[in-house]
Amino acid sequence: MGVSLQMATASTEIRVTPEIAAEHGLTADEYARVKQILGREPNITELGIFSVMWSEHCSYKSSKVHLKRLPTRGKLVVQGPGENAGVVDIGDGLVAAFKIESHNHPSYVEPFQGATTGVGGILRDIFTMGARPIAILDSLRFGPISSDGFVAQLYPERGRTDAAPHLGNAPSDSATLSANRRILDGVIRGIGGYGNCFGVPTVGGEVAFEPCYSQNPLVNALALGIARKQDLFFAKAKGAGNPVIYVGAKTGRDGIHGASLLASAEFTEQSRQKRPNVQVGDPFMEKLLLEACLEAMQTGAVVAIQDMGAAGLTCSTVEMASRGGTGIEIDLAKVPQRETGMTPYEIMLSESQERMLLVAEKGREQEVLGVFKKWGLDAVVIGRVTEGGLARIKNNGGVAAEIPAHPLAEEGPVYNRPIAPPAPRVESESDWFQFAPEGMDLTPNFLKLLVSPAIASKRWITEQYDTSVRTNTLAGPGASDAAVVRVKDPKTNEVKRALALSTDGNGRWCQLNPRVGAMHAVAEAARNVAASGARPVAATNCLNFGSPEKPEVMWQFSQAVDGIAEASTALGTPITGGNVSFYNETLGKSIYPTPVIGMLGILDNPARVLQIAFRNADDVIVLLDGANTDTVAQGDSPAAFSREFSSSEYSKTLGALVAGEPPAVDLAAEKRLVDCLVALASEGVLESAHDISDGGLAVTLAESCFASSSVVGAQHARPPLGANVSLGDVRPPEHALFSERGARAIVSVSPDGLAAVLAIARQYGVAAREIGKVTRKGVFRIELKGRTVIDSPVEALADAWANSLERALVKG
Amino acid sequence: MKFGVVVFPGSNCDHDAYYAVGTILRKPVEFIWHQSEDLANCDALILPGGFSYGDYLRTGAIARFSPVMKSVEKFAASGGLVLGICNGFQILCEAGLLPGAMMRNSGLRFICRHVYIRVEQTDTPFTNAASKGQILKIPIAHSDGNWTLDDATLAALEKNGQVLFRYTTSAGSNDHAGNPNGAMHNVAGICNRGRNVAGLMPHPERAAELALGSADGLVIFRSMVEALVGAARATA
Repeated sequence: MGVSLQMATASTEIRVTPEIAAEHGLTADEYARVKQILGREPNITELGIFSVMWSEHCSYKSSKVHLKRLPTRGKLVVQGPGENAGVVDIGDGLVAAFKIESHNHPSYVEPFQGATTGVGGILRDIFTMGARPIAILDSLRFGPISSDGFVAQLYPERGRTDAAPHLGNAPSDSATLSANRRILDGVIRGIGGYGNCFGVPTVGGEVAFEPCYSQNPLVNALALGIARKQDLFFAKAKGAGNPVIYVGAKTGRDGIHGASLLASAEFTEQSRQKRPNVQVGDPFMEKLLLEACLEAMQTGAVVAIQDMGAAGLTCSTVEMASRGGTGIEIDLAKVPQRETGMTPYEIMLSESQERMLLVAEKGREQEVLGVFKKWGLDAVVIGRVTEGGLARIKNNGGVAAEIPAHPLAEEGPVYNRPIAPPAPRVESESDWFQFAPEGMDLTPNFLKLLVSPAIASKRWITEQYDTSVRTNTLAGPGASDAAVVRVKDPKTNEVKRALALSTDGNGRWCQLNPRVGAMHAVAEAARNVAASGARPVAATNCLNFGSPEKPEVMWQFSQAVDGIAEASTALGTPITGGNVSFYNETLGKSIYPTPVIGMLGILDNPARVLQIAFRNADDVIVLLDGANTDTVAQGDSPAAFSREFSSSEYSKTLGALVAGEPPAVDLAAEKRLVDCLVALASEGVLESAHDISDGGLAVTLAESCFASSSVVGAQHARPPLGANVSLGDVRPPEHALFSERGARAIVSVSPDGLAAVLAIARQYGVAAREIGKVTRKGVFRIELKGRTVIDSPVEALADAWANSLERALVKG
Repeated sequence: MKFGVVVFPGSNCDHDAYYAVGTILRKPVEFIWHQSEDLANCDALILPGGFSYGDYLRTGAIARFSPVMKSVEKFAASGGLVLGICNGFQILCEAGLLPGAMMRNSGLRFICRHVYIRVEQTDTPFTNAASKGQILKIPIAHSDGNWTLDDATLAALEKNGQVLFRYTTSAGSNDHAGNPNGAMHNVAGICNRGRNVAGLMPHPERAAELALGSADGLVIFRSMVEALVGAARATA
């Protein structure tokens, strides 16, 4: 924070100069625009207000022109982007509100508080709409936490630690590894600390590790809430003269400029000094706020409500007025304050957490205030809705700021920033993964893949989250490809349906090809939801990128948006909202472009949830393939296999190599597979389903074996079941076992049910091949063209897989 | 017969307890606000899980001073059934209605997972429908479940048969291995000398339907119902 900015927070008298405007992150053009809107020079408070409202974080000024290309409508979409959360009709008069948001920079500067306030912020977005939160998911990206998996011990001649340095895949030093472990620990404790206390289960999400996230972890939190359709609330001020009420925590000096200076600028060596810009979370306060807000809404006296998140009181007042086409007037002297001597600038820009602004019906304010009093919360009338469109901020009788609300909220700068593809990567066959010769025993490699942090069990993390509070969790972390929660009617507690959610995104693939990588994110999220038995209906997205001022980053962004648009159109899953996080770079180095998709699905019969676990010995293992590319090479040359495989988890882990191209996406095939899985689930003919993704077919099969020891609903833990699989594949063995091509899933079915499964698959145009059997012997065995390529006791694999993350994290 | 679920600021398993009793067992149930001293003629009280007052001090340390607790103490003294689950158990310990204190889990982390507990006594209103030695699969979700007591009181507690539930493994073979939090004597739940007040760290209300992983917790609520029915018959 610059010198004059500190002065600004302390003094109201300071005169605004172009230099001070620049320190607030406003460009010369933007500052000229400010003066034009006001018809005069702004005072320091007004400048502060403009700077946060027009920050990248709040205004989407660099992303707006691209986001327009996303499909946002659909017959189930009740509310698309533009409100606090997207809303989807789930039938029986109920709606689901859901949204994902990033809290990346705060989580690097102060991991625990950064993560807690990320969770707190997204929960507020949900209950602001009148929906009670029922689930949280977290999509997390960290730098490497262990050197395991980065040394190709088995084939040192093929380990290319020098490969593709522009992809940042070099091994990390021990200081970086331990810093990453500390960040991860703080983030996990923060997420758990908030959600567990607030009382909403953290049911899923994903964790991935890449060197590019070492100094810029990604913490994307998704929340889901349920409301009756007629009880939804919106953030539109209405009715001149209606009182404006401030509720919740008192305003302090924390988080000032969190949105503008922390979230909207890249990191430098001085970034640790931004710790005062990180807010501090209080989940207990938020729990009270939740109950009080939902109760106040039931009085019928609440007209509109908006949470105070990024840009605090500024954003909530201005946006409510702008959306409602009204003006607003508040008196800062009435705002509950935690500290004395706060200036209007500080009060307006504070990002103290757990606060709400609401508009009540005139004459009924006591009903609303009474509810908050019952819950022991501050609730004060601080102003009123006015006519004429002005946001007027008074302080001790004087006017501290006076700005037309609509131009401030809606007519901010919009940039069509320069776009340029990066210099093409020049790669040849020798840069790509060299497959092991046929006939080699791949068991040792498979074991290494299973213990790599990306593939290993995340149980050590997820056990620190309350996954079962609210008694809705039908499939918690790891039980199914998606998290599944049932929906109780808020009034009657009746259960009719369940919802499935999955978050997905592969930064490495997006780095190699942002458009294809983004399409995969949508396709995999939809596949995961379908593999839990639910029909994917809508999605929310969190777009994590580097600096928009770099043409290559804007190219990545534009490509990714195109990919998401194309895939979500093809799969019929409109994007109902989300968040853009730019400036994810440290010392000039961008993260991998990382769009994360949060997919929502509806399960009409909650009893039909599919789990990944194999159930019974002698069940038939069937490979479903929407594209049917596995048996035939389809003209792929060996070089094409190598190029595609160089982008895989296996290539990264075993070969220390990241290169080539992600597998091609076949959206029609993905759609066929999704529809087929949903049909199979609703017919109740499957024993298990698990999509093929990270680590390929072999990892998918192994995870179904591992999960068999603790099936949801089983009374006792039991030894895991085994699998005996035989493939007739003509591809190189490593490709056959570990390729991450899409549109595929492994299902198991009782011998009696096999005919029905094959018939349904045929009906949906999905290839279904029997590839083996579930066994009781406890042996995991895969045979390729008659030769055994993997052979191990399941328990040995399961132990390594289950415990490696804890070993890496706790023991370093 | 009527159950009451006490709601403290920060209780977050209140709805779950209400659902288990009201929707699953179909027994009358209502919420009781922590500032109320009127127990609404309830025949049994449940102090639910959660983070009362944020657990920012010691768990349960502030909630025990809520106005409702005076009535809960009187109710307990007159023989009324009181069940504390998780944070409710912590509050009962702080209030002195149950012996012991909760320390941070031995692993110093929040743990949420299914555990196995063995029913040690069946002569209480909370376990009469269970069989002795029965093993229940029930989830825990807490940071502070490391129950601790001085040796002399603990010996007396064991002698009186006040330990109702003990952590164990799925086969019931190794109690120590099944202990998730370091609690003394692998204690998961206890009752008072009068056997009408009980607390446990696992969440029986979350184990009330097989679809959610287990229905083993129902036996505790069913026991309470049977005890109340029996009491009503006795007075009739």
